[in-house]
Amino acid sequence: MPDASPIPLDQLIVCTHCDAAYTLKRPSAGERARCARCGTVLITPRRKAGLQIIAISVAITILIIAATVFPFLSITAAGNTNSVSILDAALAFSDGPLLALALLTAALIIFVPLARVLLTVYVLVPIVLDRPPARRATQAFRLSEALRPWSMAEIFALGCAVALVKISDLADVAFGPAFWMFAGLVVLVVAQDNFLCRWSVWKSLDKTQTS
Amino acid sequence: MEIAGQNPDIISARELGVVACTRCTQVWPAGTSDCARCGSKIVARDALSLQRVWALWLIGLMCYVPANVYPMLQTRTLLSVQEDTIVGGAVELIHHGSIGVALIILIASVVIPLGKFIAIAFLAISVKRPSTVSKQHRQILYEVVEYIGRWSMIDIFVVAIMSSLVQLNALAAVNPGRASLFFALSVIFTMLSAQAFDSRMIWDLQTRRQRSDTQ
Ligand SMILES: [Zn+2]
Ligand SMILES: [Zn+2]
Repeated sequence: MPDASPIPLDQLIVCTHCDAAYTLKRPSAGERARCARCGTVLITPRRKAGLQIIAISVAITILIIAATVFPFLSITAAGNTNSVSILDAALAFSDGPLLALALLTAALIIFVPLARVLLTVYVLVPIVLDRPPARRATQAFRLSEALRPWSMAEIFALGCAVALVKISDLADVAFGPAFWMFAGLVVLVVAQDNFLCRWSVWKSLDKTQTS
Repeated sequence: MEIAGQNPDIISARELGVVACTRCTQVWPAGTSDCARCGSKIVARDALSLQRVWALWLIGLMCYVPANVYPMLQTRTLLSVQEDTIVGGAVELIHHGSIGVALIILIASVVIPLGKFIAIAFLAISVKRPSTVSKQHRQILYEVVEYIGRWSMIDIFVVAIMSSLVQLNALAAVNPGRASLFFALSVIFTMLSAQAFDSRMIWDLQTRRQRSDTQ
């Protein structure tokens, strides 16, 4: 076992899931460094990842706003029609104590994904342009990471499928334009999450700060 | 990546006398209190973390009971008013022949939440007592719990979509029931409980024991 003292701290990488320590060796672009003990991905660099993520983020922002405003689903039964937007769906719980639930739902499917995207752009743009990091960039990235489990757009998408089957007994359901936007949105959100190498982002935030 | 000393000799940061920031993974000397890179608090091992896990776990469980007792969804049609609990709604779906959807609902709203309560309790107990389940398997269990727990929220979204969409005046209307609030709270508190668990503790007990039995 190597002696502890001669290893400088910046030559070490530690798996935050199982506390295993390794001497750092950067994988080349496209490769992934995994923890040998628990399999957690430690580093996953990609060429041009920053630019790709920013492009995806812009697309996500536009889609979120559009998907929120346009009609999402509409139903017809015996001459009665009702169409709703995603915001309507989120605010369905609007009476009494369920209001809290309405705000929560809106946050989970619209505001948290939106906030994460905007924070990511804010952090990444200076890095990609080789500028010093934006003000409070570390706090912004930390917040974006903390919000990660609370971004539930993809779960909402599966919820739509389930709801459609349940409703089809009662009435005819038609998809509005926002439905397809939302489907595209889910794919982009997942892609963005997989492209992002957290280790590299933290590294660049750090380097530019100390120099 | 080249790993320093493959499998059997993996050392913990703790044994090296260093501690890593759990947010940004920067390594610091043991005893550092704040991460100078990202500003997070650094805790080598959180002594109170298990208490937090149990407290949040209990709140989650307490919310899960009314979530199953009260109606989740109230469906009003011309002829009748029907109130369905989570399980009742799934049974209804099976009667209508939508077995696939009923399964999604049952898995997301019953199997996953119950499995989560058991899994978190098991993990929290296993770091105090030697366990026969290997550390790898327990780590995988933890990752699964963290990943899959969010998906329980699907039932809330189904209720939200249905009750906003099915508002056809006298013909048919769907409204959310009281259970929806309790169910959402239950999902949130179990997610927080899983997040409070420090998975590094799974490996602490084991590394100590590994010392004695060399392979
Ligand atoms: Zn690990
Ligand atoms: Zn940090």
